[in-house]
Amino acid sequence: MSLTSLPVTAGGRRTPSPRRRVPGEPRSVAYLYILPAVLIYAAFVFFPFIHSIYLSFFEGNGITRMEFVGIDNYVDIVRNPILRSAFVHALELIVFYSFLPIAIGLLLASVLHRSRIRGVAFYRTALFLPYVIAPTAIAVIWRWILAPRGPLNSFLEAIGLGALAQPWLGDFTWALPSVGMVGTWIMFGLVLALLLAGVQKIPTELYEAARLDGAGPWMEFRAVTLPGLRYEIVVALVLTVTAALRNFDIIYVMTSGGPGNATVVPSYLVYQQAFKVSQIGAAAAMGTALIVVIIAANLLISRAGRSD
Amino acid sequence: MISRRDTILGYVILSIAALISLGPLIGVAILALGQPGRVGVKLDVTKATNFGNFAEVWEKGDFGPAIRTSLIITVIVVVVSVALSIPAGYAFAQMNFPGRTAIFALLVLGILMPLESMIVPLYLDMRRFNLDNEYWSVILPQIGFSVAFGAFWMRAFFVQSARSLMEAAWIDGANSWRTLTKVLLPLARPQMLTLAVLFFVWNWNDFLLPLVMLSGSDLQTAPMALVTFEGARRTDFAYLGAASLITIAPVVIVFILLQRSFTRGILAGSIKE
Repeated sequence: MSLTSLPVTAGGRRTPSPRRRVPGEPRSVAYLYILPAVLIYAAFVFFPFIHSIYLSFFEGNGITRMEFVGIDNYVDIVRNPILRSAFVHALELIVFYSFLPIAIGLLLASVLHRSRIRGVAFYRTALFLPYVIAPTAIAVIWRWILAPRGPLNSFLEAIGLGALAQPWLGDFTWALPSVGMVGTWIMFGLVLALLLAGVQKIPTELYEAARLDGAGPWMEFRAVTLPGLRYEIVVALVLTVTAALRNFDIIYVMTSGGPGNATVVPSYLVYQQAFKVSQIGAAAAMGTALIVVIIAANLLISRAGRSD
Repeated sequence: MISRRDTILGYVILSIAALISLGPLIGVAILALGQPGRVGVKLDVTKATNFGNFAEVWEKGDFGPAIRTSLIITVIVVVVSVALSIPAGYAFAQMNFPGRTAIFALLVLGILMPLESMIVPLYLDMRRFNLDNEYWSVILPQIGFSVAFGAFWMRAFFVQSARSLMEAAWIDGANSWRTLTKVLLPLARPQMLTLAVLFFVWNWNDFLLPLVMLSGSDLQTAPMALVTFEGARRTDFAYLGAASLITIAPVVIVFILLQRSFTRGILAGSIKE
């Protein structure tokens, strides 16, 4: 599910004002308000999650009796080169989904901080569009662009770089970076819009003061832009890193993990193990390992955002 | 202190960025409106007048029923999730009860949880209760995920709503429900709209859950229909382009009509420190 798109940050929220209860109502009324949401959440998200952790210690196909195997499924993730490579690929995708868009966004935002742009709504709509449309459709569109005789290769030939033309998604070296570039395309507009909104709020006096102190463009960036955008960078990291780690739809449609296992990622392996080869325990362990990585990454990001 | 040069540079950079974002979509529109061909289609704007591909794809890809299924699922999920998120967010923000912090923390954890981490037991349980291949097998988990974010989002609004308004309502003898529905909700319209847009986009685009739950039935959502069609015609790119555009059209329309609400939701993190 595409709930990757959340502006979540662990800290920094205001604590609520002291509350009282409504005169004449028992405190337990509150439970009636939260009950429907909490029940559905518990039944269809939280308990399945706990159940999944439980299943990850077993081996079997989910129909016949499951056999308890302790932490074997987790040991496999570390030992088996294909399972391990899924996490390595996910980390490589972070470079494309997260670092590259943020680097581009920071560069452009620091150039743009002085201009007052009209028609921001139009630009925002355009920049957000790749993030809003279905990843399955994005994957179909980019499979065309990257096809052996598709627009990218035609373009390279037209500008005399025909030697660089590749069967991008069929090549062991290029398949993962190609999928990654699609992630860069999805994320860079979102990140740019986020950082632009942030840079507009940095008081111009700070830039003037920096200039009076004789700061060059690099010092100005280090001393004013970067600290001023700390919060936006944290939000961008949370959104993009989580999306990179979860990436299922695009891999499923564009490469199915191939060629060979060159583009397998954790979420794709969960699906494959559970629904193609019926290894329920192994799939559950993969899913649990994935959530641990996602939560760890988010904690790391929000900690880094607070300390420096 | 804003020079003309900076402003022009700003427009140039933003226009290039917008063009990169829109380029592949414009390209695919030209492709889809061109002649159906198998491989290596040449793009020609002047010949992009052929709506036949859309009609063809609509028929052959069963997009009519798929769009209907997606609409049924998504509309139910959006309406129910917004309706459940409001009272939950209200109680977490304005009422004091044992377990409030713990329950809220567990609920918000759901925002981070990837579906992949629970899809296996979810499927096994749905199958056990014979709910797989039914609308509910997609709707109920989608509501579960949506209310996790929804409660979080509405709480952020209710935490800030004016204490004096509520106290005035109580003095008039309104109970907590009347205070919510008569006093606070009219003020919460923008937040509710944002929530509805976000829910619509996320759940329309969702692929893994319907793929797993509905694979044994005739039901398929729009993204599933696209992927099925794509599997059958791997290189019919003009058709595939048309199919992609059909799949994304409802979300693009909602997004363009309500883009303010959507951007507010995504940018909220940065606006609200």
